[in-house]
Amino acid sequence: MSEETLRTTEADEGRAAESAARGTTTLERPQGVEAAPRRIQGRSPWQLAWERLRRDKVAMLSLGFIVLIVLFALLAPLAAVITGHGVNEQFNDIGLDPSGLPRAPNGTFWFGTDDLGRDIFVRCAYGARISILVGVVATGFTIAVGVVLGLVAGYYGKVADTIISRLIDVVLAFPFLLFAIALVSIIGASLSVTIFVIAMFSWASVARIVRGQVLSIREREYIEAARSLGAGSTRIMFVDVLPNVLAPIIVYATLLIPSVIVTEATLSFLGLGVPAPTATWGNMISEAQAGGLYQIAPWFLAFPSLLLLLLTLAFNLLGDGVRDAFDPRGDRMLQK
Amino acid sequence: MSSTATVAASRSGESSDVLLRVENVVKEFPVASNKLFGRSHDAVHAVDGVSFELRRGETLGLVGETGCGKSTLARCITRLYSITDGTINFDGRDISRLEGSDLRDVRREVQMIFQDPYGSLNPRRRVGSIISDPYAIHGTVDGGARKRRVQELMELVGLNPEHYNRFPNEFSGGQRQRIGVARALALRPKLIVCDEPVSALDVSIQAQIINLLADLQSELGLTYLFIAHDLSVVQHVSDRVAVMYLGKVAELADVDDLYGHPRHPYSNALLSAVPVADPNTAAQRERIVLIGDVPSPISPPSGCHFHTRCPKAQERCVSEDPALLPKFADAPSHVAACHFPVADGEDLSTAKAAIDQEDAADVEDVGSVLSGLGETPGFAGAAGGEEAR
Repeated sequence: MSEETLRTTEADEGRAAESAARGTTTLERPQGVEAAPRRIQGRSPWQLAWERLRRDKVAMLSLGFIVLIVLFALLAPLAAVITGHGVNEQFNDIGLDPSGLPRAPNGTFWFGTDDLGRDIFVRCAYGARISILVGVVATGFTIAVGVVLGLVAGYYGKVADTIISRLIDVVLAFPFLLFAIALVSIIGASLSVTIFVIAMFSWASVARIVRGQVLSIREREYIEAARSLGAGSTRIMFVDVLPNVLAPIIVYATLLIPSVIVTEATLSFLGLGVPAPTATWGNMISEAQAGGLYQIAPWFLAFPSLLLLLLTLAFNLLGDGVRDAFDPRGDRMLQK
Repeated sequence: MSSTATVAASRSGESSDVLLRVENVVKEFPVASNKLFGRSHDAVHAVDGVSFELRRGETLGLVGETGCGKSTLARCITRLYSITDGTINFDGRDISRLEGSDLRDVRREVQMIFQDPYGSLNPRRRVGSIISDPYAIHGTVDGGARKRRVQELMELVGLNPEHYNRFPNEFSGGQRQRIGVARALALRPKLIVCDEPVSALDVSIQAQIINLLADLQSELGLTYLFIAHDLSVVQHVSDRVAVMYLGKVAELADVDDLYGHPRHPYSNALLSAVPVADPNTAAQRERIVLIGDVPSPISPPSGCHFHTRCPKAQERCVSEDPALLPKFADAPSHVAACHFPVADGEDLSTAKAAIDQEDAADVEDVGSVLSGLGETPGFAGAAGGEEAR
């Protein structure tokens, strides 16, 4: 019964999206050009979701901001060239005032300087690289490990499920920060250790989500149909099951990236992440906070914090939008 | 028991004609235990010793009420379930224990059409990709040839080949079932197991799909195992019919024999439940109302599984499991598993069991309610609609 309702909603939604799309194409089509009878194009659920997402202004604004930050990060060397300030270059003469304090934002140093006379604008750009790199790579590892283990646990069940599920329980019960501190003190802080620590503690929730989804999809008739055609387990898992669990995975990934970025900043702030003098937002916040320097040079703290806040917010809002786009039953979209 | 059925069947047809021989197949599902440790020994006896033969080019109908093991048997034959006991012999070899690549070879020749046209197609994949799945899995046809073959198949089953790139949710139920048929045909199988292929469809669409299946059979020489609970559909499509009750075959006969001279009391009861289009005839005819519910397949009744509900049950039915044998002067192809078969013209609605059966008291009430229903115009109208196909 509930499945019946779901189907109808899905179909309705598809029709609604289609008519909406048709509406926009009519508007966009140049006047006077009477095209041949429009052929109805098969639209994948992905295309439908993308079209719904495109109508979500908040999500698109967030996406725009994220693209901006990514460009900012990619073009960090260019920022260094334009300003003529290296990322770790200390300008003891022009970067600090006569009493040795950081300079406020001005024509030379757009975001001001820090306590060592370094250009905060350039450092923010390089810090964005680390944040996005860690955010994307750690999330990628997390999703890859979580999806594979979740698929195996859900599809094979029995012993595999028991082992993986208990492993998930153990990982989720682990004190994350304590472990991070212990690990870093043993093998030392570095970028790859940071990524490893984050991925190691995040895959479990992904695996749990995927496992739950696979459990319900495994019993569908189309999986039986694939088996009766002679498909092997690997093919069924990746060709038939995976596309059906991808939607929640994508939603989770968009929400995971900001939390990973914050975690990286947290680790860096605590001195457990990427070691100084590499510019990361976490390091910069930590340096600004050390010795209460932010009280006389608030820009030192403000710019990296603001960037971190806005990027996290943008990812979270985008994640909300993506979730709504994949979940046609949410009434948020209907009100627009 | 199985040997008698085999003998009976092989007497009527050449044994080289036999495409599928199912012998004494048993499928049990273990019941999850409530205990923390240790296993429960209970099991659902979904299929409890079924034997029959399927000849090349024929359609064997398999009927029975929900939960009698029809679909489980279908999934055993297509090896979606591994069987607990017995053998399944397909095209001269035992396929019941095959694994790996041998099993894949068999899967090319035995295909299945599923009941739910919504659930049996992956919603995230395009129709072209779904129908070409068999080619991708078995690596038989590649590239442009694959697309051509898929479009030929789509045309064969009455779909527009231009819809190659659409998604299942853009099709109606009947069209989706055609997609399922096209997928099943892709590898040119010898046997197609149809698991209630029309139960989920509208009556008018049912006719289309049934005619499509019949056309394909004569065109491609297919053999069908056709499972349904709609007796009139089965009568229309089948050459022979097997009636199943609680995991066992109750009666197996050519379609005219079974519908004309049902021997097993259960077959009689089933046939008497078929709606009749004419309300006057419907009111006049006898209706056999069975006592109580289907017993739990976890602990099926002893002897004849039907004895708890049978109007002709005797002491012998409780103690002795009846074999599938021809009754009276029936053809050897008409076998029934019953100690006290029903003769032509015998009135079962007045028969009374010689043993204690629970719920016996309620039956009169149910019977009167049901006969009252038959006279209401709405009910007769519904029955008429059913017959319209």
